[in-house]
Amino acid sequence: MKRGLDGPAPEERPTPAGRRNKQGIRIDPEVEVTHAPRRTVISALVEHEPGVLSDVSGLFSRRQFNIESLTVGPTEDEDRARMTIVVEETDPGIDQVEKQLRKLVPVISVRELEPDAMRRELALIKVEADRPDQVAAVADMYDGNTVDSSPETATIEVTGARQKIEAAIDTFSQFGIREISRTGTTALARGTDQTAASGTAQSADQANQHRHHTQTADDD
Amino acid sequence: MSERAAKVTPADEEQNDDQITDGAAPDAASETDSTANVESETTKPVTTGAEAVVRALENAGVEYAFGVQGGAIMPVYDALYDSDITHVTMAHEQGAAHAADAYGIVSGDPGVCLATSGPGATNLVTGIADADMDSDPIVALTGQVPTEFVGNDAFQETDTTGVTTPVTKDNTFANDADRVGTDVSEAFALAREGRPGPTLVDLPKDITKAETDREPDAPKVPDTYEVQERAAPEIVAAAAERIENAARPVLLLGGGVIKGEASEACREFALEHEIPVITTMPGIGSFPEDHELSLEMAGMHGTGYANMAITHCDTLIGIGTRFDDRLTGGIETFAPDAELIHVDIDPAEISKNIYADYPLVGDAETVVGQLSAAVDSSPEATKWRAQCQQWKSDYSMAYDAPEDEPVQPEFVVEALDEATSDRAIVTTGVGQHQMWACQYWTFTEPRTWVSSHGLGAMGYGLPSAIGARLAADDDQEVVCIDGDGSFLMTLQGLSVAVRENLDITVAVLNNEYIGMVRQWQDAFFEGRHSASDYHWMPEFDKLAEAFGAKGFRIDDYDDVANTIDAAVAYDGPSVIDVHIDPDANVYPMVPSGGDNGQFALTEDQL
Ligand SMILES: Cc1ncc(C[n+]2csc(CCOP(=O)(O)OP(=O)(O)O)c2C)c(N)n1
Repeated sequence: MKRGLDGPAPEERPTPAGRRNKQGIRIDPEVEVTHAPRRTVISALVEHEPGVLSDVSGLFSRRQFNIESLTVGPTEDEDRARMTIVVEETDPGIDQVEKQLRKLVPVISVRELEPDAMRRELALIKVEADRPDQVAAVADMYDGNTVDSSPETATIEVTGARQKIEAAIDTFSQFGIREISRTGTTALARGTDQTAASGTAQSADQANQHRHHTQTADDD
Repeated sequence: MSERAAKVTPADEEQNDDQITDGAAPDAASETDSTANVESETTKPVTTGAEAVVRALENAGVEYAFGVQGGAIMPVYDALYDSDITHVTMAHEQGAAHAADAYGIVSGDPGVCLATSGPGATNLVTGIADADMDSDPIVALTGQVPTEFVGNDAFQETDTTGVTTPVTKDNTFANDADRVGTDVSEAFALAREGRPGPTLVDLPKDITKAETDREPDAPKVPDTYEVQERAAPEIVAAAAERIENAARPVLLLGGGVIKGEASEACREFALEHEIPVITTMPGIGSFPEDHELSLEMAGMHGTGYANMAITHCDTLIGIGTRFDDRLTGGIETFAPDAELIHVDIDPAEISKNIYADYPLVGDAETVVGQLSAAVDSSPEATKWRAQCQQWKSDYSMAYDAPEDEPVQPEFVVEALDEATSDRAIVTTGVGQHQMWACQYWTFTEPRTWVSSHGLGAMGYGLPSAIGARLAADDDQEVVCIDGDGSFLMTLQGLSVAVRENLDITVAVLNNEYIGMVRQWQDAFFEGRHSASDYHWMPEFDKLAEAFGAKGFRIDDYDDVANTIDAAVAYDGPSVIDVHIDPDANVYPMVPSGGDNGQFALTEDQL
């Protein structure tokens, strides 16, 4: 008995000219576009309620978004918290991160910050104190404060953009680093520009305006 | 339903205690709906958290709730005892969730399922995940250990909100008896608003037992949840122009069309502009498959003509579809020449899998209305339509059914379709039988196709038939087309169907294999039938009789029509054990991640 159906076999069928890339974007053969991941900062204003942090972090892990840091803390409004999330994703990936975040019911607003936004991280760096003068000099160089010292160790607090922290750690490593604790990036938009507008959420159509330019932070 | 909800719901959040202790809740004082409370003219005031939960269900117009009793949920069941809501005790909580899911699909209103804490709640998870993948509205209420034991690994404790966060639209741990009714109301509103989905409220026993006189607030979504109804006019205008200039347009209708009640609008649009129509699997029923413009379903086991059309179109108008990989196959080769106009209520679906050139966020019915108004002239696509018809005849869904061979499954599906009305509801398990049901049943009406699409959960068929039966009109037949493996997973639900005397016909396409797996093993694992040979299947007709249902058996073609007629005519649950050709396979087939245009028609082409 016949098994299967009749009709022209695959090789006898016409095939279309076009193609899409992995992100489902049609590829113009003239300009081959590829999307490389980039690092960016997303700020989300959320209801300050139990479970919201796990909602957000769970979303990131189950959708396999590449998260670098996530910080959370209260805001001027005691019912709301701000999460600052540094992600490394392609443009379509960043688009998805924002939209998926916006879908969570306790999330009030979400925004990708402009490259010129203020971004700061705090690090505590505990080093060997064999050469206290030199440690103090390096701390000075990075506007660091010595927040604890003992005969064996000194702990320096450094704040600044991520690169500054990395540079500081690099320089401190000559003394021997015992421990490091970093907070991850927190950020706010510049001037009167609102980081994440409370109340009026961004309209869905705005959210779907595809950005064709790539934002890359300079000071992060 | 919503009409009744509007009548019974408290108008004012700030009710004062005097009114309530007066004996009549203020919202119920103006009650005129005689069905709401038959015994007493007035609704009794709420005195406990559990009563507030039940009141919220009543306010939302709930008729049926599906569940299983248990320690932590007992206060809620006790409150249900005095309610007019009919509780349908299921044989397993998975069935409760599937029944609620099917109830939601057929009626359009959220289905309700209940379970106790721990194992009750975890048994619900498959059904909740299924509803989540298919955007079906359900409200799940789970018992929880008393608040003081939470976190202590108490008896039957599970972190239910933790477990269900990834598979619910939203969930809530109720921690205040004065708010618990409102939590449930909110869960209702959220389940059906915007993109529908499952919501869950976890109910610690101390909260449901606690005293409260607080009536639930009206069902309302939280302020942070906003849904956009209308798409941006400038994108609508651009999309309309694209449609007018299309040479090879295709309408792709997904499940969102049915959920958004946009089937009628989409039909009108397709007919007016003579645009060929393809559906996704959840979109089945949104467009009549017997219409000339219909190319039926595309994707892994879609028709050859739908897959040719979707591969070669230049303008794809996708409505309420999330471009699942079973539809798209490999992204690189999906509709590679097409500009995509994508209508969806969920912004996150836009450009998630396939880049949308024209993103139209909004309610499907509204946006199709906007598009209709904006499209001034129909695309000139006579040649394209002729091409589609040609593909229909080149790749017709014909099969051989020689009398002396074992019964072919396609024949059985067609015979069942023949024996029932156009509005009959079909539910299925997952596997080959599900695909044959898609391919060989001619669907013409929305909300008549009930299946597990995104999750692909075996065992969905029978419990969903139970939910569908209770939501369906009396004159609508409910037919469950099941596989032997799938049926075996939840057939304890027969006890429920018998107890409730539900008129359901189950046709088990019995190949003594978990056939879909066997098919893949034949194609991709050199025919090594590892653990897929189910020759130890029970006799399902006899099993049905043991449950008190009516059992039938089909062995050859002579039995088919008569037996099906008798089973459909039987007033109560019946099971037909249909012994089909064990080697029958589903074609066409696009291997996963493959090119839709390169579908295989035979095993050699895989
Ligand atoms: C709960 C669950 N377990 C396993 C699978 C994997 N699976 C997909 S189809 C299939 C075979 C189904 O067999 P049967 O119900 O007999 O239907 P048939 O394919 O023979 O029609 C299996 C095991 C599944 N989809 N769901």
